[in-house]
Amino acid sequence: MINEKVICAGFGGQGVMSMGQLMTYAGMLENKEVSWLPSYGPEMRGGTANCNVIVSEQMIGSPVITNDATAAIVMNLPSLDKFESHVEAGGMILVNSSLITKKVKREDVSAYYIPANEIANELGNPRIANMVMLGAYLELAKPVDTGSILEAFKKVFGESKAHLVPLNKEALERGAAFVKALRA
Amino acid sequence: MAKVLMKGNEAIGAAAINAGCRYFFGYPITPQNEVPEYMSRELPKVGGVFVQAESEVAAINMVYGASGAGARVMTSSSSPGIALKQEGITYIAGAELPCVIVNIMRGGPGLGGIQPAQSDYNQSTRGGGNGDYKLLVYAPANLQEMVDMVQEAFDAADYYRNPVLVVGDGMIGQMMEPVEFKPYVSKYELAEKTWATDGTKGKRGPNIINSLFLDPAKLEDHNVKLQAKYKAIKENEARAELYNMDNAQVVIVAYGTTSRIAKNAIESLKKEGIEVGLIRPQTLWPFPDRAFETLPEACKGLLVVEMSMGQMIDDVKLATSCRLPVEFYGRSGGMIPEPDAIADKIKEMLGGVK
Repeated sequence: MINEKVICAGFGGQGVMSMGQLMTYAGMLENKEVSWLPSYGPEMRGGTANCNVIVSEQMIGSPVITNDATAAIVMNLPSLDKFESHVEAGGMILVNSSLITKKVKREDVSAYYIPANEIANELGNPRIANMVMLGAYLELAKPVDTGSILEAFKKVFGESKAHLVPLNKEALERGAAFVKALRA
Repeated sequence: MAKVLMKGNEAIGAAAINAGCRYFFGYPITPQNEVPEYMSRELPKVGGVFVQAESEVAAINMVYGASGAGARVMTSSSSPGIALKQEGITYIAGAELPCVIVNIMRGGPGLGGIQPAQSDYNQSTRGGGNGDYKLLVYAPANLQEMVDMVQEAFDAADYYRNPVLVVGDGMIGQMMEPVEFKPYVSKYELAEKTWATDGTKGKRGPNIINSLFLDPAKLEDHNVKLQAKYKAIKENEARAELYNMDNAQVVIVAYGTTSRIAKNAIESLKKEGIEVGLIRPQTLWPFPDRAFETLPEACKGLLVVEMSMGQMIDDVKLATSCRLPVEFYGRSGGMIPEPDAIADKIKEMLGGVK
């Protein structure tokens, strides 16, 4: 039974909101129950931004994730500091190791260190680090199919951005391959 | 129609336009800015008019004017902005005009903060302006219900010739959920607006829109007439969702997004063998008193949960005639209640140790 509660967090501009929206939209396309709750206010404008995403096969109660996140995807250090304690025991934390040198302190969660910015740079677009992280998360938790994410991409960003689908697909695949290799 | 993923504030705008709203007057304030943003973009496409007024006071008076002319009109704001609109709202209620007002609540008092709150319950249900008047107040808990209620609000406003308030909080305004715009069927038979000041065309005497009655006897008659209308609204429109009420030892009373957090607490307590019910008022005024008439035998007390310091608690005590203990748990200032804290409070009420 899929009941994923994910916190996506990072600097404003790292694409954490859109990462969450893609997952939410993809879940809706797969007829799952979904909700997306953003932080709003001053932190959106350059500080730490985050969103709570729930993708579930059962009715969603609260859209707020409090200490029961199944996963946290953290793109910068303040996000790791803030959300490490919000993940439930047995959950996972995906760390953007390009920007975060610190390690996850907790031993009751699985930590994955992904050099998302380096991988994005290899793909020729530093702005795609969020999709690398998302790809890694999809591989680990499988809340939705990658195909649904790409379908959602066209809906969230519009047809004018459809030419970026292949690049985003590649980023998802690179993120997935990286954690697959970690696990092997 | 297929489901679409929308932000709460945008869904409000889309629902309003779907319901035939063609005029929107507002002034920006967080966390409801996507409502005017959406309306400014979308209303011109359907032949409507969007005006960003110079202030909230101006905006609500533009609503007063458009409504008097027979238009379907809406304004939206957040707590301090709604406070500024109160003068206009009581004028509109006094003049018996229909309009829809949306309040996406934030923490107070004063300018407060910008994070979610429910501390405008009293302002919404007790009349924030002067005089004996009431607003029909809807309190949706998810975006689909928000869409359905906003659409219904326009019809209810026209039917009763009364301002209708839809309240949410920053959370429901900012969050995204799938919504479906079903073909809307009105449950009201709406009469033609023969009272509107839309030009006599030389065929009738002028209609007058007014809330000033200098003759005390006439003003009292007017108030008696208004009260009869409020009585009808009270009989017809009170609404609540009941959840997990069978064998409930405690019944939570919560509305809007807080009710969703309460549901999480209910589900986690169920796993521990503690049955807790929920009465979720869908209308804050009229308050759904009838939902409290038959509480489960096992019920030892009620717990009101709000994002405020405790405002709905009075209505719960009135609805139950205080025959059961009514306790309160709330967070304020933009802090959000946590399911565990609600569960702990319930265990405390049941006399159990944590």
